[in-house]
Amino acid sequence: MYTSVTNRRSFIKKMAMMSAMTAAATMFPGIMFAAEQEKGLPKGGNLDWKKGPCRFCGVGCGILVGIENGKAVAVKGDPNSSVNKGLLCVKGYHQTMCIQSKDRLEYALVKKNGKYVKTPLSDALDLVASKMKETIEKHGKDAVAMYTSGQSTIPEGYVASKFMKGAIGTNNLDCNARLCMASAVTGFLTTFGADEPMGCYEDFNHADYYITWGNNMAEMHPVLFSRMLEQKNNRGAKIIDFATRTTRSSMAANKSILFEPQTDLAVGNAICYEIINNGWVNKSFVEKYCNFSKGLTKMGYGTEDNYKFKDKPEKINFEEYKAFLDDYTPEKVAKYSKVSVKNIKYLASIYGDPNKKIMSLWCMGVNQHTRGTWMNNIIYNIHLLTGKISQPGNSPFSLTGQPSACGTAREVGTFTHKLPHGVVMNKKDREMAARIWKVPVEKIPAKPTYHTTEMFRAVDRGDIKFLWAQVVNPLVSLPRTSRYRPGMEKDSCFVVVSDVFPTPTTDVADVILPASWHIEKSGLYGNSERRTQHWDKMVEGPGETTPDAWMTIEVAKRMGYGDLFQYSEENHVEEIYNEYRQFHEGKKHNMAPLEVLKAQSGAIWPYVDGKSTQWRFNAKYDPACSNGEDFHFYGKKDGKAVIWQRPYEPAAESPDKEYPFWLNTGRVIEHWHTGSMTRRIPVLHKAMPHSYVEFHPDDAKVLGLRNGENVKVSSRRGSCILPASINERGLPTKGQVFVPFFDENMLINDTTLDAFCPISKEPDYKKCAVKVEKA
Amino acid sequence: MPIKSYLAHPHDGKKEELIKAISSIEQCEVMPAQNENLLVVVTDTLDELADKKLAEEIEAIDSLKLLALVSGFNTPINK
Ligand code: SF4
Repeated sequence: MYTSVTNRRSFIKKMAMMSAMTAAATMFPGIMFAAEQEKGLPKGGNLDWKKGPCRFCGVGCGILVGIENGKAVAVKGDPNSSVNKGLLCVKGYHQTMCIQSKDRLEYALVKKNGKYVKTPLSDALDLVASKMKETIEKHGKDAVAMYTSGQSTIPEGYVASKFMKGAIGTNNLDCNARLCMASAVTGFLTTFGADEPMGCYEDFNHADYYITWGNNMAEMHPVLFSRMLEQKNNRGAKIIDFATRTTRSSMAANKSILFEPQTDLAVGNAICYEIINNGWVNKSFVEKYCNFSKGLTKMGYGTEDNYKFKDKPEKINFEEYKAFLDDYTPEKVAKYSKVSVKNIKYLASIYGDPNKKIMSLWCMGVNQHTRGTWMNNIIYNIHLLTGKISQPGNSPFSLTGQPSACGTAREVGTFTHKLPHGVVMNKKDREMAARIWKVPVEKIPAKPTYHTTEMFRAVDRGDIKFLWAQVVNPLVSLPRTSRYRPGMEKDSCFVVVSDVFPTPTTDVADVILPASWHIEKSGLYGNSERRTQHWDKMVEGPGETTPDAWMTIEVAKRMGYGDLFQYSEENHVEEIYNEYRQFHEGKKHNMAPLEVLKAQSGAIWPYVDGKSTQWRFNAKYDPACSNGEDFHFYGKKDGKAVIWQRPYEPAAESPDKEYPFWLNTGRVIEHWHTGSMTRRIPVLHKAMPHSYVEFHPDDAKVLGLRNGENVKVSSRRGSCILPASINERGLPTKGQVFVPFFDENMLINDTTLDAFCPISKEPDYKKCAVKVEKA
Repeated sequence: MPIKSYLAHPHDGKKEELIKAISSIEQCEVMPAQNENLLVVVTDTLDELADKKLAEEIEAIDSLKLLALVSGFNTPINK
């Protein structure tokens, strides 16, 4: 960590301030210190403030970066952004400080005889292109792969897709949003036939209740949580935290309800049972706008290589669905969910009250789940049965984790099965892509190949022989890194990693490409509420750092695809965005023109007749509704949403005699994902210097553990040593331990299980079995 | 050269008054929470005696309900 000696005293003051803010956050989760943004501004300085979205989370706060003499010297919240109205969280305020890190990757590095050699970027790109070409010639186009990110900008994702699917002609492109949002996508597609939330953040101002499903918003979506607290304080809106662990969010909630891991499926169904059996169904809404379906069950967990699954949806009727729910009476479910009958009935009564507006909010707890698609379906079932959807304040709200998991991964479609519009399996979608990309339609393969977990299994097996990872650190973030790290180290795969800082993933690279950081390039992100935000390059990056999109274009040109990538280095972001917009033309997904995004703090798609659409599927707000009714779920051919019959099924791995604890992994407010940026921001690093393993005090007592004592956490796959944390940040239920995954020196993902939801292929990082012993 | 940080809780309705009072003390930096009735205060004094006197001075402010020490650092002034 880098701290200049002359700044030491002011740094210590900042640390003191940070300690107090951290302490305050424990007492008042969601507390915000707007004045923090004014600190450290040069007095009387003549700063040029440039707008953009925050680099970190999917909330998508607007930031203003103060530039002086070509350097970013301050960050403050953008008061004109309706997302955060000038507020930022601790990560947001300090984000640009990582640029000053001494170990910045400024030049390309090529591994020669086991050592990294500084290499001119142009030579490194020549090598990447020739290796890729050679691999395709020798082993076929499905032997090369690209793995990108929900933190890639929209243009970066777009050129990666065009390069892999349109130019090379392989669907070997996936991204880390598979690890966080894939279940949300399949949830939306199965229920509504259209991805992304119907509502927007304005819903916070209207809801009477916020029910969070396995979602510690106080730490993961802090600015949105502060908006909820504001409504709680000002108009008595209520927060109910439904989770497997007591967190800062639980402490600030009106009520905290704990459940046994995986039983959220059963509790959700019990809520539906109560809604139906108490006569709380909004009959006219359900009759007009909903169908009922069921799918396959007991389909396994994907822990074996080459696992395949395809659901077979079957229409059912209301009576059949009602009969299915008889297995989910509150009394039956209370027995294994550890949620009392009273609390299940309480939750159902809130949803069932026709006079109350409700937002359900969820993120990783629901998505990183071996039945993640089902969990998303079940929450929508509750809102559809009661007709509480697509209206201000009545909003099932799937929150996103990464800053552009929506904008890039989902909308541009950097998944193996996706295209910028639609999916590779659909002929019309392939034709559209071929037309806009100016490639023969036969070039785009109709079959998806590897989703993320399977992609890294293929690397391990030796099937993928060239992998390019951009804006992503899989050797910290994948599940079961104990298998995939040795897999990536094998000579059978040539590994290229583009990044800003060294990481455990760059450690295994054959070529490291020096990427520009956020404000050193122009770009666009899309946040959780369908808001697209643009920013202009604000400062020069050091050395030969280059935007990822431009490095992809340069490699494509070297491979002979120059005619498909005729963008200019100066204006490629603008040119790419204008090309990409063609995919979404029309009332259902129109993207705002660049001039609008330059002039204001983002716009929500569908952007129609100069206006953002805040609530989709509601004829009052959404010009795409065309059935003449109040609501139109136009993602489905018949205009109806689907209520899915989805049962409870156990987790892929549960505690047993040998491995008696549940392991739950997650994040902390100070760090962004794998910590490669935030651990280089001194105030954040010092506030949370390393990971830890949280225990329930009763378990700690039985094990004779004291706070800070080293503990070895082991699973059937690997182990990790961390200090014990008892009664500190969070409180897991008895029989459960929790570990944050940000720390590359304590790789908890060596122990996690690569089981996934068979529909979304998103892994479950929240449930596997471990044992713990003093280290 | 002590640097300390505190959480200062104002009496109901006295947040602005407390901000004003503490900000007027030279060795204090104040950061009010935007959405809670709470201020963070960082003090920077020459020695232990000055530090103690300053804490007493803050505690004597009428609009203050409670002052809670969070962290203390001792550092040479020019380092
Ligand atoms: S809440 Fe998310 S988007 Fe907002 S400042 Fe914090 S990290 Fe950035």
